[in-house]
Amino acid sequence: MAKFEPILLKNRGVVNSTALKVYESRGGYQALRKALKMTPETITEEVKKANLRGRGGAGFPAGVKWGFLPKDRTRTLLCVNGDESEPPTFCNRVLMENDPHQLIEGTIISAFATQAQVAYIYLRVEFHEVFHIVQKAIDEAYAAGILGKNILGSDYSLDCYIHRGAGAYVCGEETGLIESIEGKRGQPRIKPPFPAIEGLFRLPTVVNNVETLSCVPHIIERGGDWFSSIGPEHSTGPKLFSISGPVKNPGCYEAAMDITMRDLLEREDMGGGMLPGKKLKGVLPGGISMGVLTADELDMKMDFADPAKYGLLGLGTAAAVVFDESTDIRAVLRNVARFYASESCGQCTQCREGTAWMNKMATRIESGAGRNEDLDILLETARNMGMMPGLSICGLPDGATFPIETIVKKYRGELEAAIAAQSAEAAEQILQTMN
Amino acid sequence: MAWKALDRLTPVAEGEAPLLSEALREKIRSFFPRYETKRAALLPALHIVQNTLGHVSYQAMEEIAEVLDIHPSDVLDTLSFYTHFWTHPKGEKVITVCRSLSCEVMGGKEVLDEIKKQLGIGLHETTPDGKYSLVTEECLAGCDHSACLLINEKLHKCVKPEDVAKLLADENNDKIDSERSDLFDPPPESAVTKTDASDGTSDANEAQEGN
Repeated sequence: MAKFEPILLKNRGVVNSTALKVYESRGGYQALRKALKMTPETITEEVKKANLRGRGGAGFPAGVKWGFLPKDRTRTLLCVNGDESEPPTFCNRVLMENDPHQLIEGTIISAFATQAQVAYIYLRVEFHEVFHIVQKAIDEAYAAGILGKNILGSDYSLDCYIHRGAGAYVCGEETGLIESIEGKRGQPRIKPPFPAIEGLFRLPTVVNNVETLSCVPHIIERGGDWFSSIGPEHSTGPKLFSISGPVKNPGCYEAAMDITMRDLLEREDMGGGMLPGKKLKGVLPGGISMGVLTADELDMKMDFADPAKYGLLGLGTAAAVVFDESTDIRAVLRNVARFYASESCGQCTQCREGTAWMNKMATRIESGAGRNEDLDILLETARNMGMMPGLSICGLPDGATFPIETIVKKYRGELEAAIAAQSAEAAEQILQTMN
Repeated sequence: MAWKALDRLTPVAEGEAPLLSEALREKIRSFFPRYETKRAALLPALHIVQNTLGHVSYQAMEEIAEVLDIHPSDVLDTLSFYTHFWTHPKGEKVITVCRSLSCEVMGGKEVLDEIKKQLGIGLHETTPDGKYSLVTEECLAGCDHSACLLINEKLHKCVKPEDVAKLLADENNDKIDSERSDLFDPPPESAVTKTDASDGTSDANEAQEGN
């Protein structure tokens, strides 16, 4: 396969790549100059033509999202979702650490296309270094007249602020993020109304992911047709994939969405295969919320369509985490279950209680006091929560059910064997000490 | 660890004097033009107050409410949702160990155990000298360098149990290399002494997570 010429990551590795001067010397802010001479409608059309689908996980087309804004609005807000709280995803961090101006340029173009007056970049609080880098880039942009009043001498003005989160997974959900900016608990809102109609401060609001917005300058510069020619028809454009766990080269890689999970893991210019002495057991290919693939299912294509064929929720954040044969599948199950139990916001009963009970069961199984019926109860609980059966406000419980369901289904033999190997006496003792 | 209950009956001894200096209040007010409502400045306010005073006590919450023109219970309501804020004194440096799957597979648990052993404290506890507090957090988004942990602002990558002693001995283990922005830092005028790092007995964040 031919090596993919990096687009989003083209400035990674360049000396001082976060500086405005360096960014401009490599063609930066040319797309913005071009965009400011276009009309907002033509920019939106171009993004629609590019079929730029949201990189945050849901894959909703960005141009269509912008099109939902009411025509007669007077004030519009743009939120940039840099919460990146899905384990084990770090593409946005890499983008912002290496190329903050690309994000700012994408933000300004998108804000111009939606005629927004203010853009908020929502950063999770754990991104301390990222915050300092992006804030410095914003300050530079203001000083150079790229942000603020009359951007680059045009009639368009935009203010851009960083809003720092404070440690909550659910604030990556767009309405949770909006609540968090409003200074409230980050509990997602019931939709409709969707944010495009009534969002932040009850004004029409667009929420886009960092990676999505970083694609926009390239679409403007090289055209929607160029963008849509990359990768398969339903999954166009460059995409960042990340891989972590016991692999030779954990990291963030850019490619078209025509690669498979096997490519990401094994190609020399990507994951490079497992660490010496480690044998692959399974991989969660799209952030943990999408579900698990066994070692036999690595031929899944990393696009928006193929994951469903393997029982997964979707492409998610395209961040793969690999675990090897020495990892107990019970530990994986427990780690995943604990995450959702600790991050459920507590609004919807079935999510609050369901994730907590799944965590209790998984903990019991891991500590050696599992029962075979626990596996069935896990599956039943998983079937009875989330947006798919229409029981929740946001997608967090769906994200909880897919990994748990796929782990139990695909590794049932191993789980049952582990349960069978427990001594009844020891299990009884463990139960006495738990709760 | 045995359960240690927080003493919520005895009011925390707080002085009559306001905790938030005028400079601090002014800094919070400087965020108002960014948002449509004053309440939206609450998260920035909590960050600045915690960065200045070390933690956000009930008195501080009341004073923040005063500045933002909202009810004190609204401040508590928001604050209690987020794991980053401390209502009780914490150590001078907070060690946040990542417990996500990547880090767990790459030995994060062993790193955490080693830190517990060396500091002699458990989760949500503070060392007697008030130097370190220890917590865990879901994914720190440093998975390409797992196992990772944060010491205040500094992300430490690819940490192994045998690195822990050296890491803890380093005085500058919380300093970051890049240029800092002072947006959420304490205002320069207010030479407020931190109320934290006092006795080390105040161990718990109010959020005891399901762990």
